[in-house]
Amino acid sequence: MSSDVVSPATTLLRMSGIEKSFLGVQVLHGVDLDLRAGEVHALIGENGAGKSTLMKILAGVYQADGGTVELDGQSVRFEHPLQAQQAGVSTVFQEFNLLPERTVAENVFLGREPRRNRLVDAARMNTDTQALLEDLGLTWLRPATRVRSLSVAGQQIVEIVKALSYDARIISMDEPTAALADEEVELLYRLIAKLKERGVAILYVSHRLKEIFDLSDRVTILKDGALVDTVATADITSDELVRKMVGRPISSFFPDKRPGTEAGDVRLEIRQGGNEQVDGIDLTVRAGEIVALAGLQGSGRTEIAHALFGVDRFTRGQVLLDGRVVTLRSPRQAVRSGLALVTEDRKGEGLVLNQSVAANARLVLDAVLPRRASQGARRIPGILSSLELVSRGSSQEVRFLSGGNQQKVVLAKWLATEPKVIVLDEPTRGIDVGAKERVYTLMRELSAQGVAILMISSELPEVIGMADRIVVLRDGRVAGELPGGVDEETVMALATGHQADERGEP
Amino acid sequence: MSRAVAVAGSTRTARRLGATELVWLALAGVVVIGAVLVAVDGHNLFSTANTRDMLARSSLLGFVAIGQTLVILCRSLDLSVGYVMALCSLIAATTMNGDPARVPLAIGAVLVVAAAIGLANGLIISVLKVNPFIATLGVGLIIKGYLDTEYQGPAGDVPSSFQQFGYSRIGPVPLSTIVMLAVAVAGILFLRKTRTGYHMFAVGGSEDVSRLSGIRTGRVIVTAHVLCAVAAGLAGLLLAARFGTGSALVYDSGYDLDSIAAVVLGGTLLMGGRGGIGGTIAGVLILAVLDTVFNILEVDPFFKDVLRGVIIVAAVAIYARRQIDRKASRVRFGGDGGSGGSAPPDPVPDAPVPAGSTGGNA
Repeated sequence: MSSDVVSPATTLLRMSGIEKSFLGVQVLHGVDLDLRAGEVHALIGENGAGKSTLMKILAGVYQADGGTVELDGQSVRFEHPLQAQQAGVSTVFQEFNLLPERTVAENVFLGREPRRNRLVDAARMNTDTQALLEDLGLTWLRPATRVRSLSVAGQQIVEIVKALSYDARIISMDEPTAALADEEVELLYRLIAKLKERGVAILYVSHRLKEIFDLSDRVTILKDGALVDTVATADITSDELVRKMVGRPISSFFPDKRPGTEAGDVRLEIRQGGNEQVDGIDLTVRAGEIVALAGLQGSGRTEIAHALFGVDRFTRGQVLLDGRVVTLRSPRQAVRSGLALVTEDRKGEGLVLNQSVAANARLVLDAVLPRRASQGARRIPGILSSLELVSRGSSQEVRFLSGGNQQKVVLAKWLATEPKVIVLDEPTRGIDVGAKERVYTLMRELSAQGVAILMISSELPEVIGMADRIVVLRDGRVAGELPGGVDEETVMALATGHQADERGEP
Repeated sequence: MSRAVAVAGSTRTARRLGATELVWLALAGVVVIGAVLVAVDGHNLFSTANTRDMLARSSLLGFVAIGQTLVILCRSLDLSVGYVMALCSLIAATTMNGDPARVPLAIGAVLVVAAAIGLANGLIISVLKVNPFIATLGVGLIIKGYLDTEYQGPAGDVPSSFQQFGYSRIGPVPLSTIVMLAVAVAGILFLRKTRTGYHMFAVGGSEDVSRLSGIRTGRVIVTAHVLCAVAAGLAGLLLAARFGTGSALVYDSGYDLDSIAAVVLGGTLLMGGRGGIGGTIAGVLILAVLDTVFNILEVDPFFKDVLRGVIIVAAVAIYARRQIDRKASRVRFGGDGGSGGSAPPDPVPDAPVPAGSTGGNA
């Protein structure tokens, strides 16, 4: 740091022993974090390590169950985001809190528009916004521009300017570069440098190691909701950082492959598939094979599943099923072609919550394959009992079932269509251990029958324990392919791209 | 500087016409086409009688639609306006009861009752969290039930002095139109100059964002509903002045749905957050011109409704096409071809990282 205007040692904020549980599941176990004026403090950890929760507690979105937050040595407790903002703690979330139809100035001063003679002083609002923008060297951004017409980076900058206009001394940013193009990232870097000069403390949540080493002064590592370490970024290598993030023993409850399971012909192939979210995707899945798509949130895993299944589309490249080029324009066509997609959002996309188990299980059959429906439906009770569904009968509404049992209904729904290729997007998210094991066993059974399985998962142990091959994605592209059973660090390294500089692209 | 341009460049510099301008252009188009059609038929659309007819039609719907605009901007809806109009016309006529001295009292009574109904609508929606469609339909039905039991036919008597409000003109322009336009101007200033006006756009754009920015969203919604009901009350006053009496049956005239059609035709998003009264007035005038043209041409009344329906649907379809898909702003891989896919991009271009690229070397 060249400027000594603000002593970098001034501690602005100290969070100690923060605890938080959701529905009885503890997600933060006594986490400590302190922020100093003028520093960029990176917060890093795997998906689900508790970064977002910690950030939301700081922002006043959630309230901690235990622990203290001190701002300038004063104990504070934010019950509402507005309170945090007024205390000088602003947060730039991944989902923007902006009104797309309003101008930059109107968004910056939303809720506290300057007035003169009881009327809104639009001129002052614009000049004040202009001044804020000029201060940050953002002369190309005009206060009267509609936010909708800005790029994602532009919108992000508006969020940051809005935060600053509250005289924020602490700004936390949740994966600010997730949706930015490379040249836009650079813009953000420069903005962050300006903020540092002013003595603003920045809490920077990111998966990308490069950014952490580029930007941060210190880094705090979380794992499974607990603090691992807080270190000066200069004192740690990226290898050490990755090791601190992962490195948990692989549990052994993944069932072994069924005897006689072997990879057959290529069932599914994507050649150079691409659209607005992903690019240059090459992927094959053979009969009897389990291929995992790994990667950080937002790396394009779900987007590939959606494009494959006709929810969105690939605008480039080809999809081949059993060696034949197919064009899948809708989920309906995909189902007819022998595909099944178990979606990530079980309640929103997988089930009709206020209908019965039986109705849900028959849904796809009835809708898409009416000629096979009655014959297929006869198999459903058998499928459900083989999945060990616990319910009060097939007429029970699925919303009353546990997460694991709901997932079994979703699986039954798709198995009833006798798919040749099944895509499982986060198949074990939010379900109990017993149900998880049942899902894993089912996957093994299916692959023994020659079904091709494409699995998407954020749980690295699951990816490593179940998959024959792991395709790692980063920023919408394939970063590399790994065999099943590799260690978590290798997958993480590829997903975060921390070795891309040394050994080039794989 | 190229980088800044890259980001700023996506602000659409080739600015397209705003929605309001587009609606006024459409109005001009409708007037021209209507005038031609009428001329072919051997009439003059701009004769004093026809002009008066168009403007008189627009003033009544105008009041209702101005209020409806405020409500729709907040992502709400008011289906009770027709019933409020009918009730207010009866309150006005029966309170006046032929006595010119009671006119101010009657106007006051109308405004108070209308505001109370709007308050009820707003509270049911914002406090009880009832869907606006159901809430205002329910309140409307309550008023309808009261009207149907209490008033079998016209009631009350409007003194001739107040009937002037319905009939007097300045040149070819009816007084009621002038009042309506004055209310419209007041409404535009309200939206553009007051915090509450700003917050109506905000609440309609996103209630969550508004709340997180410290806006008391409930108050904003209640305010919009009170103003909407008061505007419908003004329409009721005008109705009483025109008929010389109060009439319960106007609730069957379709002002509720027509006002929503005018608002949407005027470019206000039914989902709230964007639009304005300027466009609504153009929408009202479009509907009025169409009605007048259809009348002159003696178009079959049923077919007339078909035409109106087609025009409204077509207009909204055009607006929908102009909407920019928000998802599109999150495009990671732009136009097809280009980087095609085989060559991954450089991890990060030689970024002149400002804050010490080796991390904090403080």
